[in-house]
Amino acid sequence: MQKYSIFNLIKNAFSGHQNWDLAWKDPTPKKEYDVVIIGGGGHGLATAYYLAKEHNITNVAIIEKGWIGGGNVGRNTTIIRSNYMHDDNALFSEFGMDLWRKMSQDLNYNVMFSPRGIINLAHSDAQMNVYARRGNSMRLNGIDAVLLNREQVREIIPMADFSENVRFPIFGGLMQPSAGTARHDAVAWGYARQADSMGVDIIQNCEVTSFDVSGGKINGVRTSRGDIKAKKIGLCVAGSTNILAEKLNMKLPIETHLLQACVSEPVKPVLDGVVTFGAGHFYVSQSDKGEMVMGGDLDGYNSYAQRGNLPTLQHVLTEGIAMMPFLSKLKMLRTWGGIMDMSMDGSPIIDKTHIEGLYLNCGWCYGGFKATPASGWTFAHTIAQDRVHELNSGYSLNRFNTGHLLDEKGLGTKTWIS
Amino acid sequence: MCPHCGMRSQNEFSYGGDATVKRPELNKEISDQDWDNFVYNRKSLRGKHWELWQHISGCRQWIKVERDTATHEIFKTLKANEEIS
Repeated sequence: MQKYSIFNLIKNAFSGHQNWDLAWKDPTPKKEYDVVIIGGGGHGLATAYYLAKEHNITNVAIIEKGWIGGGNVGRNTTIIRSNYMHDDNALFSEFGMDLWRKMSQDLNYNVMFSPRGIINLAHSDAQMNVYARRGNSMRLNGIDAVLLNREQVREIIPMADFSENVRFPIFGGLMQPSAGTARHDAVAWGYARQADSMGVDIIQNCEVTSFDVSGGKINGVRTSRGDIKAKKIGLCVAGSTNILAEKLNMKLPIETHLLQACVSEPVKPVLDGVVTFGAGHFYVSQSDKGEMVMGGDLDGYNSYAQRGNLPTLQHVLTEGIAMMPFLSKLKMLRTWGGIMDMSMDGSPIIDKTHIEGLYLNCGWCYGGFKATPASGWTFAHTIAQDRVHELNSGYSLNRFNTGHLLDEKGLGTKTWIS
Repeated sequence: MCPHCGMRSQNEFSYGGDATVKRPELNKEISDQDWDNFVYNRKSLRGKHWELWQHISGCRQWIKVERDTATHEIFKTLKANEEIS
């Protein structure tokens, strides 16, 4: 594989950039693989990459119904953070932060990771106390957290509404300075390119139609491009998890929901970090192109439509305007939707299943993008070693049975509980 | 379409989840698995889906709605005490 470097860039400039290698091949599926990963999104591609890199398992296929990176890894708001209170979430996400920091060098692909900080605004004394507690928990786990008062927040985001007579005045906020954003498509493409170079087959336009299970063991999958045998199969299909679970006669603590996001027209730099509204569910950052990238609540009902309805968008943007009134002057450039695998406690599942050789990676709710490297790393470990790593031991499937729920926010599918 | 009030705006309705999930009967021995299936496990499939909604900014009644989860088309609505046929 050609390395991406300034020298190769200059060299290829002489031939008009006509002779670059393809970033990944378009192979025909083989009859059998050691591991098959279903789902060519961020998590699936990362899993294949770490299977090859960390565990030397290269006889791997990723099968993807559409094209790689066309699902939620291409539809998110690119936020990366590890500001969690519970140990299981905090240690997992902070492990991921380390992978993010090294990712561009590791993949030889510029993922434009930009640690620009995230501020969660607080709008009451009680909320400040809660944030102080969360900040302390984060620091105990080695994650940077700074509790800001009203004046400190005003210095960083003077464009927010600091007037006196507002319904939700800004009391302060909790900041994680090392949080940030990254170029989401580059993450998928970077993982795909490296996985491919190590021998992983990326098979697109290949839909799983059913599974070959016998005697409690998985033997392979039947797809629109023929049968593929594999002793180990990993599911990384986010919003389509319920559809594949149905084919396996499994009922999961997951509902598929619709989440919208939107960007405004591009404007001059005004906001350098990520800011979230504390009295509702709204978050905003500014992309390198100048667009304000915004998102918020689920539409709130089970859905497989990758597009949203206006009432939710209006509700979310009302919160945005309450927080930063200047947003009302901007024109909307694009809105879109993705389908989320919402788990019942709001935390993900990376685990083995009752079927031998079948591994499950789902339940990412609002936070799948930032988890991409840590999810791929731990899922690869779980598949390769046939046991969970201690980093994903809290993300078990049977926690809904044993009562060890990871209720960081305790929301899951029922957004109206907040 | 509320079975009590007729055609109303979508804004007035609030979602309540899968309407086919039944609470296990009281005073009956049930397994942990049955209980899990009631509390947590859902099919959540693509296509026609019976679900509970509340006409929260209207008559405040809970209703049953048959809706397509891919197209958002609504086929049928029932009062909460009417059985899904």
